[in-house]
Amino acid sequence: MTGLIIKNISLTLEGSQILKDVSGTLMPGEVVGLIGPNGAGKSSLLKSILGLVHPASGTIELDGGNLITLPPKERARMIAYAAQGSPVYWPLSVERIVALGRIPHLTPWQKPRPEDEAAVENALLMTDSAHLKGRLVTTLSGGERARVLMARTIATGAPYILADEPVASLDPYHQLQVMHILRQQAKAGGAVMVVLHDLSLAARYCDRLILLHEGRLIDQGIPDDILTPQNMAHVFSVATSRWSQGDDHFLATHPLPGKTEVL
Amino acid sequence: MTKSMLMQLLCLLALLLTGIFSLSFGRVSLGPADLWAALSAPANDPRAIILFELRLPRVLLGMLVGATLGLTGAALQGVLRNPLADPGVIGVSSSSALGAVIAIHLGLAGVWSLAVPAFAMTGALLATLLLLLVSARDSSVLMLILVGIGISSLATALISLVVNLADNPMTLQDMIMWMLGSLENRTMTDLLLALPFILIGWAMMIGVGQGLNAISVGEDTAQTMGINLMWLKLRIVIGTAISVGAAVSVCGSIGFVGLVVPHIARALISREPGAILLPSAVIGALLLTLADVITRTPLASSPLQLGVVTALIGAPSFLYIVFHTRKDMR
Repeated sequence: MTGLIIKNISLTLEGSQILKDVSGTLMPGEVVGLIGPNGAGKSSLLKSILGLVHPASGTIELDGGNLITLPPKERARMIAYAAQGSPVYWPLSVERIVALGRIPHLTPWQKPRPEDEAAVENALLMTDSAHLKGRLVTTLSGGERARVLMARTIATGAPYILADEPVASLDPYHQLQVMHILRQQAKAGGAVMVVLHDLSLAARYCDRLILLHEGRLIDQGIPDDILTPQNMAHVFSVATSRWSQGDDHFLATHPLPGKTEVL
Repeated sequence: MTKSMLMQLLCLLALLLTGIFSLSFGRVSLGPADLWAALSAPANDPRAIILFELRLPRVLLGMLVGATLGLTGAALQGVLRNPLADPGVIGVSSSSALGAVIAIHLGLAGVWSLAVPAFAMTGALLATLLLLLVSARDSSVLMLILVGIGISSLATALISLVVNLADNPMTLQDMIMWMLGSLENRTMTDLLLALPFILIGWAMMIGVGQGLNAISVGEDTAQTMGINLMWLKLRIVIGTAISVGAAVSVCGSIGFVGLVVPHIARALISREPGAILLPSAVIGALLLTLADVITRTPLASSPLQLGVVTALIGAPSFLYIVFHTRKDMR
């Protein structure tokens, strides 16, 4: 594993340019946060890496090879995706949902092998959802559902995980829980790229941040260097205050001086 | 043996028994001994004539068409992620019947023996493609059903128009046949005409189960699991169009079987959309064979219409499913 290297990708969808000359990297062992306002191109960057949309120019390299020409099944074994909103369309059992993560490893007719069952078990344990195994996904609470869908992603066993707003609509406890699960993946040698709107969570859980604005890369680096008052004012139009407590770094947003009247 | 395997075996057994019962049941009743004797009887033996020329084509055709409707219903519900999808409800069957009626009235059937099935398949294909286009823009249950009603009403109106404009007007019986479906007076020729296309349609859907399971967590996520979405949809759309088109060209549009059967399969066998394809085919065959037996019960002075029986079972089930899933509708 030598990492994911995105070089100068540009993406146009239905006539409008979504990404302009964006570059970035994701290395084993790290959690990289993708931040930026709505419409900055964060989800589109993830989708470009996943092959769901096709950049007009630029290259994406995975472990030294060209990711764009990698066959879909092989890509699927390398990169797992946690979609925004985690929809489930049928009332399937938790165990079956998580088992879907093994599809990249199985031919259409193949029964799950012991290693597939082990990966499912492990993913259920890692996300603290083993006790939910027999439940129907439609009966789960929001937090349980988010964990189960994350277990589906983890069960793939892919070294790279891309998560699109995995903590949206979760309460604080479950936000921390999901971020902790992603952190564990990186600790075990995986690489995680995660779209976050909560800048405080980004400051606390990410090793590096990629800041996007209007489809362009504004800055990337360690959170301290990215979450500067200048960047926050320029990109998010907010003022920030930051403080630390032990090893934890916090960040709060306020209206910019002179902009209070619009709130 | 798991519960689901046991259920599948029971369904197969029920299908076999119902098939045998259907062969023996009718105006002339053939007991087991008669059926056995007919197998080795000379071709002019009345029992052999009833068995091989009247009952067997009808039973086999009923099973083939029922299996097609069950299978395509399950595949469409899976790919559209919609519990109300079915070739009848969404207008594929009636579009297919329209194609068949046009072919008959242009006199093409006399020129080219495959004209009727070919036109029926084209009608089915156009309707399925239209629905797929709509569902790509708005995948809500409601949207699909509304568009389906639109397609269905238009096709039915056009069938009436074609019939009205015809030089030698069709009989009421013909209209009923195309709009409600029938297995009456079908011969081995009808069976052999439809069989190859039905089998091709089924074959196109071999192996789609994994993809259907994958898209139950969304199309994007399915693609990131290595599923080729375009190919999955294409196989189901074309497989449905070919097999339903062929079925409709010999039996008319039989409603509600494709709607109800996958729900029975989900209740008995599995909730996974990929695991109920084959069971839905078996249960579809069973249901249509049963419905065909019911049409021959002497309840009324004349035989009941097959489509009336399936609608009597199907329409209340449709309402039940609507009420049952209404909280999921957007």
